[in-house]
Amino acid sequence: MDVGFLVDTLSQLMRGVPLTLELAATSVSSGFILALALALALETRRPSIVWPIRGYVAAFRGTPLLVQIFLIYYGLGQFRPTLQTLGLWGFFRAPFWCAILALTLNTAAYGTEIIRGGLQSVPHGQIEAARACGMSRSLAYRRVILPIALRQALPSYGNEIILMIKGTSLTSIVTLLEITGIAQQIISQTYRAVEVFACAGAIYLAMNYLVVHLVAILEHRLSPHLRAPDIETAVAIEGGLH
Amino acid sequence: MFDLVGFGANGWGPALLRAALMTLCLSAAGFLSGVALGVLAAFARLSGDRFARGAAFAYSALFRGVPDLLTIYLLYFGGSVALTTIGGWFGARGFIGLPGFATGAVALGVISGTYQAEVYRGAFLAIHRGELEAARAYGMSGLIMLRRIVAPQTLRYAIPGLGNVWQLVLKDSALVSVIGLVELMRQAQIGAGSTREPFIFFCAAEDERASQQGTRTST
Repeated sequence: MDVGFLVDTLSQLMRGVPLTLELAATSVSSGFILALALALALETRRPSIVWPIRGYVAAFRGTPLLVQIFLIYYGLGQFRPTLQTLGLWGFFRAPFWCAILALTLNTAAYGTEIIRGGLQSVPHGQIEAARACGMSRSLAYRRVILPIALRQALPSYGNEIILMIKGTSLTSIVTLLEITGIAQQIISQTYRAVEVFACAGAIYLAMNYLVVHLVAILEHRLSPHLRAPDIETAVAIEGGLH
Repeated sequence: MFDLVGFGANGWGPALLRAALMTLCLSAAGFLSGVALGVLAAFARLSGDRFARGAAFAYSALFRGVPDLLTIYLLYFGGSVALTTIGGWFGARGFIGLPGFATGAVALGVISGTYQAEVYRGAFLAIHRGELEAARAYGMSGLIMLRRIVAPQTLRYAIPGLGNVWQLVLKDSALVSVIGLVELMRQAQIGAGSTREPFIFFCAAEDERASQQGTRTST
């Protein structure tokens, strides 16, 4: 085992980490906003709104991410004249933006389903209680329904974030030099595929491990009501009451 | 536009259809090898042996944390390097590549095995403890209990989860095109490259894959 080579490879691959994180963070955050909007739109139950969203979700959940990236990057290139007249060619010419668009649309489709599940799991009594307190619809959403729904959706959303981090590796195929792209470059120079891919895998593993723990911490912080209260706080509350 | 993906003189229909069949075969082979790995890993996770539990946990943590594309590359290049080395001992020269189909099937098996393990484990835990007790009270041996009580019920509970895994495998099989196997995705790329109409070909690929998923849900 050539330790020097491994260290060298790792340090080279590290240069791809910012791009990987940028792709993942941008698409996850914009995907989340889109997903939240679509999930809330589904709550209206109007067929003219619900069916297009269902179609979009089914299309993006039912096809491979690789195909989606290809369709947007190579496929839309076929309509270059149209895009140029629309002034959109600058966006679709750049592999980075095409990758972001594909990843965002993909994660938003899954996210819509996750958040919809979260919204459905809000106990009806809580909504009734909010109405009984005289909260308006939007206030009830802001103070009661959304916090509970998002808390419910968090574990599944953690999974989705990990899938997105893994998904960014596919953007190497449309020429982006993130971790996998750099790994392929190193391999074409050194022909040592196993070591290089193992290093790349280790980096992804470390990133995902970090995400799993961050989500677990967030989950812990957001669910004090599910934990047994520790004695000191219980005594303090008790003391405050008397 | 429809001549292009149709069955006419210069239509790519037959090629795409053959490739769709390849996608289906590859996914089925990958799914089945995933069954073997998944059952084994679930068994290890549930067993009392600490070493087996640790190994199964490491397996699932490793392959769920690493991108699927990397797993496929790693198995293909790793296997090919090993094969080339072995070939070198016997005097073969140059790079010996692994067959794309077998590598793809094994890679999809390794990836889907981690998900299937979770599905089987959950399904096993869903069986009522009382049923196992009853079986034992009847004096069934472990093997008979597995065959008559555990396996049928685990499978029943596992079906919805396995449906999800099948979709996952079907979509992951597109990644196998990167190691040169001509399945649906690769054929679409070839078609797109030689006709310069990528949009139509990738849409066709998406369409055929959707119909394959449709057959699964309707059965």
